[in-house]
Amino acid sequence: MGKIEWAMWANEQALASGLIYLTGGIVGVAGQLKGWEFAAFGIAAGVFVCLLEYPRSKRAKGTSVERTGQYCFTVCVKAFGPLTRNYYVRAFLHAALCVPGGFMLATVLGCVCLGMASLIYLSAAIHGEHWEPIMPKMEPLKHAAQSIKHPPQNPPPRPPPELRRKRTDDLESAAYVNPIPVTANES
Amino acid sequence: MGNWIINHGLESFILVVWMGINIFLFVRFYLFYDSGPQFFYTRQLLGSALAWARAPAAVLNFNCMLILLPVCRNLLSLLRGSFVCCGRTMRKQLDKNLTFHKLVAYMIALMTAVHTVAHLLNVEWYINSRHGRYGPLPGNLSMLEDDDDDDHHTTFLNPVQSDSTTPTIFAFTTIAGLTGVVITLALILMITSSMEVIRRSYFEVFWYTHHLFIIFFAGLVFHGAGRIVRGQVSTDPPHNTTLCKDHPDKWGKISECPIPQFAGGFPQTWMWVIGPMVIYICERLLRFIRYLQAVRYKKIVMHPSRVLELQLVKSGFKMDVGQYVFLNCPEISQLEWHPFTMTSAPEEEFFTIHIRQAGDWTEKLIKMVENLPEGSQGPKIGVDGPFGTASEDVFDYEVSMLVGAGIGVTPFASILKSIWYKFKDSNPKLRTRKIYFYWLCRETHAFEWFADLLQVLEKEMDERGLKDFLTYKLFLTGWDHTHAAHVMVHFDKDTDVITGLKQKTHYGRPNWDKEFEQVRQENPSSVVGTFLCGPAALAKVLEKKCVKYSDVDPRKTKFYFNKENF
Repeated sequence: MGKIEWAMWANEQALASGLIYLTGGIVGVAGQLKGWEFAAFGIAAGVFVCLLEYPRSKRAKGTSVERTGQYCFTVCVKAFGPLTRNYYVRAFLHAALCVPGGFMLATVLGCVCLGMASLIYLSAAIHGEHWEPIMPKMEPLKHAAQSIKHPPQNPPPRPPPELRRKRTDDLESAAYVNPIPVTANES
Repeated sequence: MGNWIINHGLESFILVVWMGINIFLFVRFYLFYDSGPQFFYTRQLLGSALAWARAPAAVLNFNCMLILLPVCRNLLSLLRGSFVCCGRTMRKQLDKNLTFHKLVAYMIALMTAVHTVAHLLNVEWYINSRHGRYGPLPGNLSMLEDDDDDDHHTTFLNPVQSDSTTPTIFAFTTIAGLTGVVITLALILMITSSMEVIRRSYFEVFWYTHHLFIIFFAGLVFHGAGRIVRGQVSTDPPHNTTLCKDHPDKWGKISECPIPQFAGGFPQTWMWVIGPMVIYICERLLRFIRYLQAVRYKKIVMHPSRVLELQLVKSGFKMDVGQYVFLNCPEISQLEWHPFTMTSAPEEEFFTIHIRQAGDWTEKLIKMVENLPEGSQGPKIGVDGPFGTASEDVFDYEVSMLVGAGIGVTPFASILKSIWYKFKDSNPKLRTRKIYFYWLCRETHAFEWFADLLQVLEKEMDERGLKDFLTYKLFLTGWDHTHAAHVMVHFDKDTDVITGLKQKTHYGRPNWDKEFEQVRQENPSSVVGTFLCGPAALAKVLEKKCVKYSDVDPRKTKFYFNKENF
């Protein structure tokens, strides 16, 4: 699994965990289950985790796909600087947030899922990944280069297309082979 | 409206039937548990949460049965083969197997959520009943203990049998609770690693995590073994519920109210999922057997723009046009099988695949092959397949429009080669009388291996006076000013400057309205099949155009859209 960016999966897992933590918390509070104080904490923690994890990070390699409407969240998360940039901080934060969930059945699933997300973030941090905001692209102003004042005198050197194609008299030097034999173009 | 029915009717019908079965199961089991007299006492403890937990359970049984079936590709191939008589509309539905798999997965996730929430409440209320918080009737019901008789049936109602049980302890000490937590966790991990972002970019994570389904199904089968949902069984003399519910203190003392007996429901999930599990095991076994069969390299060619061509020979291997195979290379990864369309025709003695570098696995394969000494065999590979998709149907349509984008032209390479062979043999199986071929590509040097094929076909068609059979248009979408300058200089030449073909290369993307209009004009009252192998955005465009230019009137042209999907 050479090129995996663990943070991308950790992000999906953490967002799902936030929702599960939140749902478990709502069930605990609404059903007035025993230990509902932990459920109330679960609601708060779930919402916080969802807000933190909603903006996707920019990928180190390849195109990043934003979540719908994530720009305002990106700005908020970016404002915390190194706290949100560093994945060690996130890993420990998620680990700490998930612990109270373990004390009540309704939030235990949220606790375990958030714990897994924390572990995947730890792996991401160990691999040196960090969170990078996806900012809208600013087009730089185009200035005409100086060379426009001194156009070249001669056309660029280029062999004619006939030489680039496969030739019937020299089949062996070609870069590729055909199952159907190549014949000269009579026309 | 009529056009929409032609193109999407059967698919919508299947979805409506599936949803209908789900709703039916939900409502039926909800009413069974909410109004059934044997659960009257159970409902005293749990209220409507009992029905809210059992109804999604029934829907889950149904969907867990369905989820394994769309990924048994050999089974689907078998079905497709036996549906040859039933028309292509039926067979097209089998192409959408992955979409159906995802839909069923979402339903499983939703029902799991409802089921879990209802049971969370149930556990809490069982414990509260035990502590007498709901009054004398639930309290007394909870106090009913096991009869110490020899038959191994338990007769209590409330599975919480101790005053010190908490919900967490209950969850982790009962079979249902423990399996429930474990399989829900497995489900969540499977879903988060299957998100499009992860699947497209980090396939290995998706593939290895998805094997958690083994844990999911194992836990699912044992989930009901504890039989903690309990209903009343008849006693002798019978227990008169309407009379006795108001006098729980008199149970066992008067004749109308003997102590009520309860029994757990028989676990049924295994009956639903055992069939598909066996089918899936057979599927994996078949893949393993295919992997063991010897595959020999006939030729290995490295093309420009990092395209690898492998010509392979496998005994007993028979293919059809446009089919694909799954390749496995144990040196790179033991468990991964990746699909590749074959570019050779069935008339040839061997089969060919062109592989483009697109990710971890393909990059490693190309690197491995590049470092091989001249003339040696490649790394050991296993081949599973062939599996058929829409391209098989090309010759069934009178007129075919083939659209290939970039490396997506590969199934059509196979089709065009097959046409050449069929023409040579004057094969009567060829119902097609006209083919329109559109190739969209960004760079010129990707053209070369395919351009030669087109050049030969062009000549062959000319010789037999069949210039009209194949109309092809090449679109170079990544052109810039240097290309334009070069074309302008060589404008008067007979053949195209890039490919050397008589048909000139077009620059930029095709104007689909114009193309469809041209096809419609040249082929009135025909059934036209449109085949695409390319990006989803283009599929949407073509699908819309097919609907737009089709007419329900049998005297006018009808367009059917078929998409290759991986």
